[in-house]
Amino acid sequence: MSYTRRQFLAASTFSSISLLGVPAFASLTDDAISALTGGAGAVEGGISITAPEIAENGNTVPVEIDAPGAVAITLFADGNPTPSVATFKFGALSASRTASTRIRLSTTQNVVAVAEMEDGSFQMAKANVKVTIGGCGG
Amino acid sequence: MASGVKPRVKVPKTAEAGEAITIKTLISHKMESGQRKDGDGKLIPRSIINRFTAEFNGENVIDVALEPAISTNPYFQFDAIVPESGEFTFTWYDDDGDIYNATKKISVA
Repeated sequence: MSYTRRQFLAASTFSSISLLGVPAFASLTDDAISALTGGAGAVEGGISITAPEIAENGNTVPVEIDAPGAVAITLFADGNPTPSVATFKFGALSASRTASTRIRLSTTQNVVAVAEMEDGSFQMAKANVKVTIGGCGG
Repeated sequence: MASGVKPRVKVPKTAEAGEAITIKTLISHKMESGQRKDGDGKLIPRSIINRFTAEFNGENVIDVALEPAISTNPYFQFDAIVPESGEFTFTWYDDDGDIYNATKKISVA
């Protein structure tokens, strides 16, 4: 794949922003995840998260989570001022462990879903969303 | 913000016993995140719906805890099992203590 100069500049700007900006926020999410899992951590795989690759409007980004065998799913957005987004708990009459909603994303970032499974283990899935216009006002 | 809150719910009218149906819910609410500032640079206080539940004949289907990162006019789509004829009850809990309700009947053929 060959880059034009413009594409190269755009890509390098993005990557340098993510190098500078993400670790601080990512640790917030990591803290939240380890608080949720009791320090056990979560394994990737088993569940899936569907989000657009590019969201033009960060105010309303459609997200779908699918976690067969989960009792609860917690969504995090690791670039938001507060990473927690929502927690879904499934009851006895829930037909499938899927749910869709619309969320706010302040900037380009990862959306992370952590599912608590029936056996007490945790699984996670990540989706990177590029946000054109951020959704946190300010 | 108790004014202008209107829940909308889409549930099929009939279903087979034990069938999985898809439910869509939407409620008009501005979901003020507590991050935005007004014209004078002061923070606008948080005012969101913090919990949403769906029940069928008193049995829980889904229970969602909402944070400020949920969009304006919170939308949810999920699947439920319908064992018999009955009524779905949807409840939204506002930060200011208000509770909004919607019910939908479904009959099993």
